[in-house]
Amino acid sequence: MAIAKETIRKMKGYTLHTIKTDKYKTNTLVWKMKAPLDKDTVTLRALLLNVLQSSTKRYDTTAKLRTYLDELYGASFYVDTAKKGEYHIISFTVEIANEKFLHNAEPLLQKGIQFLAEVLLNPNADGGQFDQAVVEKEKRVLKQRLQAVYDDKMRYANMRLIEEMCKGEPFALQANGIIDEVDAITPESLFAYYQRAIQEDEMDLFVTGDVDEGRLAAFCEALIFPDREATTAAARTLRKVAEVRKIKESQDIRQGKLNIGYRTNIVFGNRDYFAMQMFNGIFGGFSHSKLFLNVREKASLCYYVSSQIESHKGLMMVMSGIESVNYEKAVSIIEKQMEAMKNGDFSVQEMEQTKAVIRNQLLEATDTSRGLVEILYHNVIAKKQIGVDDWIREIEAVEKGEIVKVAAKIELDTIYFLSGSEGK
Amino acid sequence: MDTQRFSQLDETLYFETLDNGLKVYILPKQGFNKTFVTFTTKYGSVDNEFVPLGKNEFVRVPDGIAHFLEHKMFEKEDGDVFQQFSRQGASANAFTSFNRTAYLFSSTDQVMKNLETLVDMVQTPYFTEQMVEKEKGIIGQEIMMYNDNPDWRLYYGVIENLYKNHPVKIDIAGTVESIAKITAEQLYECYRTFYHPSNMLLLAVGNVSPEEVISFLKKNQEKKKYEKVPEIKRRFPEEPIEAAKKEQKMHMNVQIPKCLVGMKALHTSQSGTEMLKNELTVNLMLDMLFGRSSEAYSGLYNDGLIDTSFSFDYSQEQGFGFAMAGGDTENPDLLAERLHDVMFAAKEGKVLTEEGLERTKKKKIGAFLRQLNSPEFIANQFTRYAFNGMNLFDVVPVLEQIQFNDLRKTAEQFFGEDRFTVCQVLPK
Repeated sequence: MAIAKETIRKMKGYTLHTIKTDKYKTNTLVWKMKAPLDKDTVTLRALLLNVLQSSTKRYDTTAKLRTYLDELYGASFYVDTAKKGEYHIISFTVEIANEKFLHNAEPLLQKGIQFLAEVLLNPNADGGQFDQAVVEKEKRVLKQRLQAVYDDKMRYANMRLIEEMCKGEPFALQANGIIDEVDAITPESLFAYYQRAIQEDEMDLFVTGDVDEGRLAAFCEALIFPDREATTAAARTLRKVAEVRKIKESQDIRQGKLNIGYRTNIVFGNRDYFAMQMFNGIFGGFSHSKLFLNVREKASLCYYVSSQIESHKGLMMVMSGIESVNYEKAVSIIEKQMEAMKNGDFSVQEMEQTKAVIRNQLLEATDTSRGLVEILYHNVIAKKQIGVDDWIREIEAVEKGEIVKVAAKIELDTIYFLSGSEGK
Repeated sequence: MDTQRFSQLDETLYFETLDNGLKVYILPKQGFNKTFVTFTTKYGSVDNEFVPLGKNEFVRVPDGIAHFLEHKMFEKEDGDVFQQFSRQGASANAFTSFNRTAYLFSSTDQVMKNLETLVDMVQTPYFTEQMVEKEKGIIGQEIMMYNDNPDWRLYYGVIENLYKNHPVKIDIAGTVESIAKITAEQLYECYRTFYHPSNMLLLAVGNVSPEEVISFLKKNQEKKKYEKVPEIKRRFPEEPIEAAKKEQKMHMNVQIPKCLVGMKALHTSQSGTEMLKNELTVNLMLDMLFGRSSEAYSGLYNDGLIDTSFSFDYSQEQGFGFAMAGGDTENPDLLAERLHDVMFAAKEGKVLTEEGLERTKKKKIGAFLRQLNSPEFIANQFTRYAFNGMNLFDVVPVLEQIQFNDLRKTAEQFFGEDRFTVCQVLPK
């Protein structure tokens, strides 16, 4: 039996992905727009997303727009921006009650799609420019959001690592854009970019819930865009590490944040991607992993330590929070675990545990509409057709030798340490 | 085994109280791959003064001990239980709140095996001095991590401002100094007092068979000997009605100031339907005052006083309760003043309208349906409700009963000048 059966249909200017299931009490619509990650457009896109979210021509203030959503049984509507390898994705999500659970049934799914169409196609703009006041407000909020990264030290350290490690590559950009570029955006320039984005972006609509695909497709006639050849990002180039960089910064905080970046050069769609996922699981992805056992449980150096991979960029990142004086000790234990992995020093049990947990993680992710959409969207980025079942099967089939081969490709790139100086 | 059917929601709940007093609830979820199980004791950070099982005198235990105990439940003589959960494809976790400690796992496979691992783990304490010492380094770093988090500090700052004596003002994890004093013997004492099955609740949500869960648990529990125990005696200090402090400003390494205002709740000895109705009414009221469709939200956003980090929340438990509102802001003093003014306008009968109430009720009903998609939400909320004599599935019927008059009355009583406080995190 296929887990999460996805029906794909070409629509006018976008692709409709329908995942029919009766396990939810709501229907979820996720609209994704993808373009190459680029310093000239990243800030425009982040701002555009928030301007489109805040009002439309019909609901020309946030209060009116939100009041309308409340009327639709508190439909939730939020936006999100993310980097996936060399691409920048902006998403709009509408989650709306399935009327079969309500006393006074209204056609909520159709209204949800009409609402999405209103947001995307009928923006609060006139004469080739967005509403000036809205743009100014959202510029302020975007700048504040970018500034706030500094205040969350775990996020800040992670951002600094990527900035340093990927200097000169688009991936060094933040998904929310560049703070110094916000002020120069005008209601006209933003509107011009909006027109370009809806002409050129690769666009996908994912719908999960107890929906009839044919009826849904009919409702989606409300969403019509010009046909397009989606713009492709410049091919990813393999990057070799010339020399390991060590960067130390200091702030008056209590706990040091250690973030380490590796180049794997393995991305979703590559044959060894699944072995890479296994590597990450044994090394640092879970609470049975080598990092957790050795840095936390054996040495008591930290509360959190883990590794994760950037599936479309070919990176692996380790993060941990430690006492600043323990920097050398922590780095050396982490390096030893990497050595062990490269030497094939991991057991059948560690492999079995990791397979069981990854399988569980994938299946659990498909229980939430958000998790399911994220899994399926990997295929849009990588231009593949890997179902959840295939994924589970591939993980099951990974052999030790393949993990060791993957390990040999992994290169340490940058060690970033934000040390604490409070009380010194 | 009893059952309760909620036909409008298409859900059926199964429950039984076992001979040793353990309450078991099961909510099967069609179509889900995973099962989520929580095993929860009614014991949290506020329970720091009590009569230990088999003794007569009250003791005062170190701050952070309930949370410390939670960490140590995962380590046994033959190793770390996380390892076993991983082998069985489960992801396990635990958390300690002010008045609960929950152990949980989710898995899509070997659910009964994982259930056994969970129950046996929690019912087989094993603490040594050496293990306790080693954990102090780990929890010390957990405390440091939260210390560096300005949102966390701000949240606790509000509670500290509101409460003079009640232990809710103490950080759940304690401090590096307080946990230094914890011993293995103290962990056993807390364990014996609070982890008796009659003080606990087990809930399974997801892809499970109720009959299988119940019959497994019966067998499992019959193998273990539990004596009947007297009711647990807890003691809480006298707490004045008014807020302990009007304001607090903390200076941290941040770029954007943060401001939260807090209101101390009055009726914190409620339980059952009375508590549910009060809690829902306060939540409706706060949503009408500060939700994204409210006049206040637009005003504050347009005037540059808030951004999307703005949030508001109400918490009510036995013996304490508070509402909070705020977020990142360029002008923390003005934001505090404006939030204050909205609250006190509502107290005087302004802002709230009948039409707004009907709309917000609809919104809350939709939000409830959305939450029912999440086994995690159901498990956590259900347990909290059950410990307070409420039923999660009463939310919609009780929401529907709330009248404009109830809202007016709540607004009038809920806000009081002497129960209002402001907390700010400011750049150094």
